[in-house]
Amino acid sequence: MKLRKLGAGAAAFVMAGLFAGTAVAGPTVDSIKQRGQLRCGVNTGLAGFSSPDSAGKWSGLDVDICRAVAAAVLGDANKVAYTPLSTQQRLTALQSGEIDILSRNTTWSLTRDTQGMDFGPVVYYDGQGFMVRKDLGVKSAKELNGATICVQPGTTTELNLSDWFRANNLTFKSVVIESLDEVSAAYFAGRCDAFTTDGSQLASLRASVAQKPDDHVILPELISKEPLAPVVRHGDDQWLDIVKWTVYALLEAEEKGITAANVDEKLKSTDPTIQRMLGAQAGMGTALGLDDKWAYRAIKSVGNYGEIFDRHVGKASPFKLERGQNALYTQGGLMYAPPIR
Amino acid sequence: METRARPQGRSFSLNDPGVRAAAYQILVAALVLFAGWYLISNTLENLARQSIGTGFGFLEREAGFEVGESLIDYSAQDSYARAFLVGILNTLKVAVIGIVLATVLGTLLGVARLSSNWLVAKLAGGYVEVVRNVPLLLQLFFWYAALTEGLPGPRQALQPLPGVFLSNRGLKIPGAAEDPAWAALGIALLAGIAGAVAVHVWANRRHTATGVRPPAGAISAGLVLGLPLLTLLAFGGAALDVPELKGFNFTGGLTLTPEFAALLFGLVIYTAGFIAEIVRSGILAVPHGQTEAAAALGLSRGRILRLVVLPQALRVIIPPTTSQYLNLTKNSSLAIAIGYSDFVSVANTTINQTGQAIEGVAAIMAVYLTISLGLSLAMNWYNKRIALVTR
Repeated sequence: MKLRKLGAGAAAFVMAGLFAGTAVAGPTVDSIKQRGQLRCGVNTGLAGFSSPDSAGKWSGLDVDICRAVAAAVLGDANKVAYTPLSTQQRLTALQSGEIDILSRNTTWSLTRDTQGMDFGPVVYYDGQGFMVRKDLGVKSAKELNGATICVQPGTTTELNLSDWFRANNLTFKSVVIESLDEVSAAYFAGRCDAFTTDGSQLASLRASVAQKPDDHVILPELISKEPLAPVVRHGDDQWLDIVKWTVYALLEAEEKGITAANVDEKLKSTDPTIQRMLGAQAGMGTALGLDDKWAYRAIKSVGNYGEIFDRHVGKASPFKLERGQNALYTQGGLMYAPPIR
Repeated sequence: METRARPQGRSFSLNDPGVRAAAYQILVAALVLFAGWYLISNTLENLARQSIGTGFGFLEREAGFEVGESLIDYSAQDSYARAFLVGILNTLKVAVIGIVLATVLGTLLGVARLSSNWLVAKLAGGYVEVVRNVPLLLQLFFWYAALTEGLPGPRQALQPLPGVFLSNRGLKIPGAAEDPAWAALGIALLAGIAGAVAVHVWANRRHTATGVRPPAGAISAGLVLGLPLLTLLAFGGAALDVPELKGFNFTGGLTLTPEFAALLFGLVIYTAGFIAEIVRSGILAVPHGQTEAAAALGLSRGRILRLVVLPQALRVIIPPTTSQYLNLTKNSSLAIAIGYSDFVSVANTTINQTGQAIEGVAAIMAVYLTISLGLSLAMNWYNKRIALVTR
C-alpha cells in the first residue's frame, strides 16, 4: 500500500516535470515592471562613467543611460539597482540574468555580439591608448619595446595590446590584475612602465587617482577602435528596441535643442518631430510597448546627450574631454540618431 | 512450527524486503537520472536560444592574450589549450613550493610555541594569532603593496650582490647560459644525491649491525657539494647569463616576479599559522609519559622529539595537515587579485573571451579536483605507511 502511494507520488512528479517543459526566461520589460526596478550593471568605480560618491550614490555617463531607460520604462529615474562588476564578471552577469542591462563602458565587438548579447547604440566612441610616466621620456607608443604594461583581464584591451605589439614587431611583458583599483595602484606605484585601457578611462584615472597628474602623459597613439555601448541579452527584441530608442531620443533631443530645463515648454512645440518624440502626437511610445511620454521622462530626468557628456566628462567636469568623435554629426562627430517616426 | 514460506524463484512479491529495497533504489536512481537529464537539456536549450556556443572546441582557437609569467614557452598566438596548460603549471608551481615552505615554517613555529623559552613561545603564539585572524586576501594585498611600493624602480634597483638586482619588477639573478658545463654539473649533482642516499642506507645497515654510526652526514655532504665542485673546476667555470638593464627592464637571467613572491609569502605565512597549531596539538597529544621515559633512557631533547614524539604525533598531524595543503592549493586561486597568472585567472579570461562559462567553470573544477585528490591520495598513502600498528 505504501509503495503504491509512493509510486503514485513519483509518477505525478515525473508527469509535472514533463509538462513543465524547459524553463524560459520571460520578457525583460515585464519582469522589470513587476520588480519595480531596473537592474543595471556598472563599473566598480570609474570616475565620469560610473562611480559611487561617498554617500553611495552612483553617477556618471553610463549611470545616466540606465537612469534614462528607467525613466522611460518605470517613470522614475531613481528606480535603478546598481551592481558593480569587474571586467571578468560583467558579461557572465548579463548572460546569466543577474542584470537587465550592462552599462559599463563595454566595447562592441563581433565576438561579444554573437555570444548571446546585443549592443545598444554607441554612447562613447573611444580608442585604446597608453599612459606612461613623463620621466621615462617616451614620446610614442612605438618606443615601448620591452616595456612592462599593466592591463585588466577579459577585455578587448588585452587582445588589442598583443595584436598591436605583434604587428609592430615589438615585445612587452604584461601584468594582469583584475580589479581596476589594484591595477591602477600597481601602475602608479611603478610596477609597470605603461598602463593601457580606453582613452577615456586613462583620462579619468589620471585626473582622479594620480597623486600628481602632470607626472603622467597619455601617448598620442590610439591603437584600436573602442565603441562603448550598453549591452542587453539576446532574445528579447522589445527590450533591445527600448534601450536603443531611449539613447537615440537623447541624441535627437540634443539635435533639436531640447534640454532638461526646456523640455516642458517644448511639449507645446509645433514641430512635428518634437511632437512625436515627446508624446504630444501619439504612436511612438505604444509602438515600443511603453506609454507615449517615454522620451519626455528620459530627457527630463537626465537631459540630452550633450548635457550628459558635459556634466560627467566634458566642460563641466574635471576631465574636460573634447567632444571629438562624440559630437553630433552636424558638428563633425559620429553621433547620428535615426528618425523617431 | 510455522515458517513463512519464501516465494519461489520466479514470482516475487512486494512483501519481500529485498525486493522492496531494490525497487526503492531503482526508483531513486531513475529520479536522479531524470533530474540530471532535465537540468542538462534545459541548460543546452537556453544556451542555444541565446546563441552561446557549447563544447570544448574553443580550446583549439587562438588565445590572443598574454600571461604574466610561464614555465613553458607561450605567446598570444598559442591556443587556449596551451594557455590552460600554462595556468595549471603556474598553479602547481606555487602550490608545491608553498606546501613545502609552509610545512617547514609551520613545524618550526609549532615546536617553537612549545618551547620552554618564554619569549620564543610568546612570539610564536602572537604570530599564529595574528596570521590566522586576518583574511588571506588582505594579507596578499599587503605583501604585493609592500613589494611594489617598497622596492625601487628598475633604474634605481638595489644590487646586493654583483649580478643580482632587486627592484619592484622582481628579483633578478644570473641564470645558466648556453654552456655544456651546466649539463655536466646537473649530472654531477644527481650523482652526488644518489651517492648520499646510498651512503645513508649503508650507514643505517652498519649502525644496526655494529652499533657504531659512521659519519654519514659528513660523507653525503661531501658528495653532494664536492662532486659538482670538481666538475666545475674540471670545466674551468660555467657561463652565466647575467641580467642587465636594457631600456625599460632587465633582460637575461632568472626572474622572481613580485606577483609570485607576494602570493608565495602570503600563502606560506597564512597556512604556516594553521599548520603550527596542528603540529602543536599533535605533539601535545602524545602522552607526557613517553617523553619522561625517553628522558629516563638518556636521549637528548632533539632525539626525543625525532625518535619518540614525532612518529606518534604524526598520526594526529597528517589528516588535518592534508586539509591545510588542499586549502593552500585552493587559496592560490586568489592570485587574480594580485596579477599572478594561475589557472583560475587564465580560465576566467578564457570564459570572458569565448562566453562559454559552463565549460570554463567545469574545467576549473576538474583541475582543482584532480590536484586535491592526488594530494589526498599521496598523504593517505603516507599516513598508512607510518601508522603504528596496535596489537
